[in-house]
Amino acid sequence: MTDQTHSTKPSPEAVAARAVLLGRARWGLPEIAFWAIAFGAFFFMPTKLSLLSEIAILGLLALSIDLVLGYAGIVTLGQGAFFGIGAYAAGLAAKYGAGAAPWSDPLLGLLIAGAAAGLIGLLTSFLVLRGSDLTRLMVTLGVALIVDELVNQMKWLTGGSDGLQGVLPAPVLGVWDFDLYGKTAYLYALGVLFVLFVIARAIVKSPFGLSLQAIKGNPLRARAIGMPVNGRLVAIYTLASVYAGIAGGLAAQTTQFASPDYVAFHRSADALLMLVFGGAGHLYGGLIGSIIFRAMQDYLGNITPQYWQFWLGLTLVALVLFVRGGILGLFAKMRDRVLRKGEPA
Amino acid sequence: MLTILLDGIAYGMLLFILAVGLCVTLGLMNFINLAHGAFAMAGGYLTITLMQQSGVPFLACLPAAFLFSAALGLLLERTLYRHLYDKTHLDQVLFSIGLVFMAMAMVDYAYGANQQIVNLPDYLTGRVSFLGASIGVYRLFVIVICGLLAAGLQIVLTCTRFGSRLRAAVDDGRVARGMGIDVTRIFAVTFAVGSGLAGLGGALGTGIISFDPTFPLKYMIYFLIVISVGGTTTITGPFLAAILLGVADVLGKYYVPAVGGFIIYTIMVLVLILRPQGLFSRGPAR
Repeated sequence: MTDQTHSTKPSPEAVAARAVLLGRARWGLPEIAFWAIAFGAFFFMPTKLSLLSEIAILGLLALSIDLVLGYAGIVTLGQGAFFGIGAYAAGLAAKYGAGAAPWSDPLLGLLIAGAAAGLIGLLTSFLVLRGSDLTRLMVTLGVALIVDELVNQMKWLTGGSDGLQGVLPAPVLGVWDFDLYGKTAYLYALGVLFVLFVIARAIVKSPFGLSLQAIKGNPLRARAIGMPVNGRLVAIYTLASVYAGIAGGLAAQTTQFASPDYVAFHRSADALLMLVFGGAGHLYGGLIGSIIFRAMQDYLGNITPQYWQFWLGLTLVALVLFVRGGILGLFAKMRDRVLRKGEPA
Repeated sequence: MLTILLDGIAYGMLLFILAVGLCVTLGLMNFINLAHGAFAMAGGYLTITLMQQSGVPFLACLPAAFLFSAALGLLLERTLYRHLYDKTHLDQVLFSIGLVFMAMAMVDYAYGANQQIVNLPDYLTGRVSFLGASIGVYRLFVIVICGLLAAGLQIVLTCTRFGSRLRAAVDDGRVARGMGIDVTRIFAVTFAVGSGLAGLGGALGTGIISFDPTFPLKYMIYFLIVISVGGTTTITGPFLAAILLGVADVLGKYYVPAVGGFIIYTIMVLVLILRPQGLFSRGPAR
């Protein structure tokens, strides 16, 4: 993947490839604006901060699905399993580490959450290497169901269906305590999301990320040109489960609670829907999708509390039938059309 | 012990009737239809409505549920589903989950979120002694009806012209089309019959499983287990898988309630990994 020539002077091809990769990695104006607005929301929407931090957390979960689905083409319905594992790992660390100085530190809690989810992700990643879309779907769903069942049955550890109570993380970096208005929670969640997003962005724009897209495009040919397909898939699946675990950890810390609801099927399905709303394979798809999804849920839920599911289903059906590729896909298509018009035919 | 076994068999038979339509959809059109349970729910709720509000006898509700769900299936297949056959699996999954959400919200709107219970006619309640074990009359009734249906399906599939066309279309749709078989039409018919059977299963199920608006999601997993363990190339495969699942589920809930679901999901994942094309399918998958 990187140029492996032993000469000190890189070949012209390597220089050209480097230029292409760097060009792909450059930050655009819309991206900077997006993050400026996200951080600015702290000031101009002070009453909606808890909703906003929930959106940031769901966005991170959707981002983790984008890594496996949008970039590696693995259809998963079980990302909620890692979210739940992360939530319980961070929740338990904060609950039993309260008082014992380092253990209830939120950032350490996130590391624990990511590590726990990543470990399970690594172990189960070998299961999704084989089989068709349906098999992968079923296996990821099956893993999520097993985790759900475990969470419900291990009452002595998880509190069963009552949820994990008494999650009290220490102040962030030892300075900012989690307050009632969710000020700390929002900046903390958004900060973590931003850092992880930058890392994910660097990864998918790297040669490694390009190789994943090649595998998604055609696994047989990718193997034929010498790519270690299975190794790459294991790596990205594990990485995505770390991301989902950290999202779960954030959820447990900011809400100071963890329940089997975090592992349930609808968690995985909702996150997948958010990603599809926004458009898979753009990284921003999950973030924009989670904003729209929660805004829709908030708005429609206020009109008819229990029937918003109907509108969700209708949107989904319409999306699949008429608008493939989600909102970002729509934008990309419009941009292509405008660009093509601009050029002389 | 035998009583529990028979209960499990009745449950498994019911699962087979509910899931067999899905097996055709998947095998014939390679379409992942997660909304299959919605058709079963339609049949179940129709039965509940007819019996409770119009006083229609239970036995008359069964064919009505079949026809209603079959018509619904045909309508949706012709208007919506056929646009999705050449789309990716992800699109199909999202589309059918969207349908499930809509169905759940509509039922919730019309009936409320409570569980619905049906008062079975007197001749179907009570217990009889069978081979030295006591079994509910209704469960025996379900076993007989579903057994007859399964046998009938097997005969249609193996001994009639339609059956051989259907099998040809499942084995290789392109060649079958090339031989002049109208695969699209066969599919529309089997989709309708499959939905109808789901509706009938739903109607029969009103006496065994409780109905609430989350039914399609709750049972989706069971249907998927049946077809993924049984394979989609035969109907004996899903039949055996459904019986196994039914027995395992009832036994598990009875003897080891704490780990019941756990065992079933673990077995499913293991089967999927070791035999991705199903336990009972003939030969390797296409």
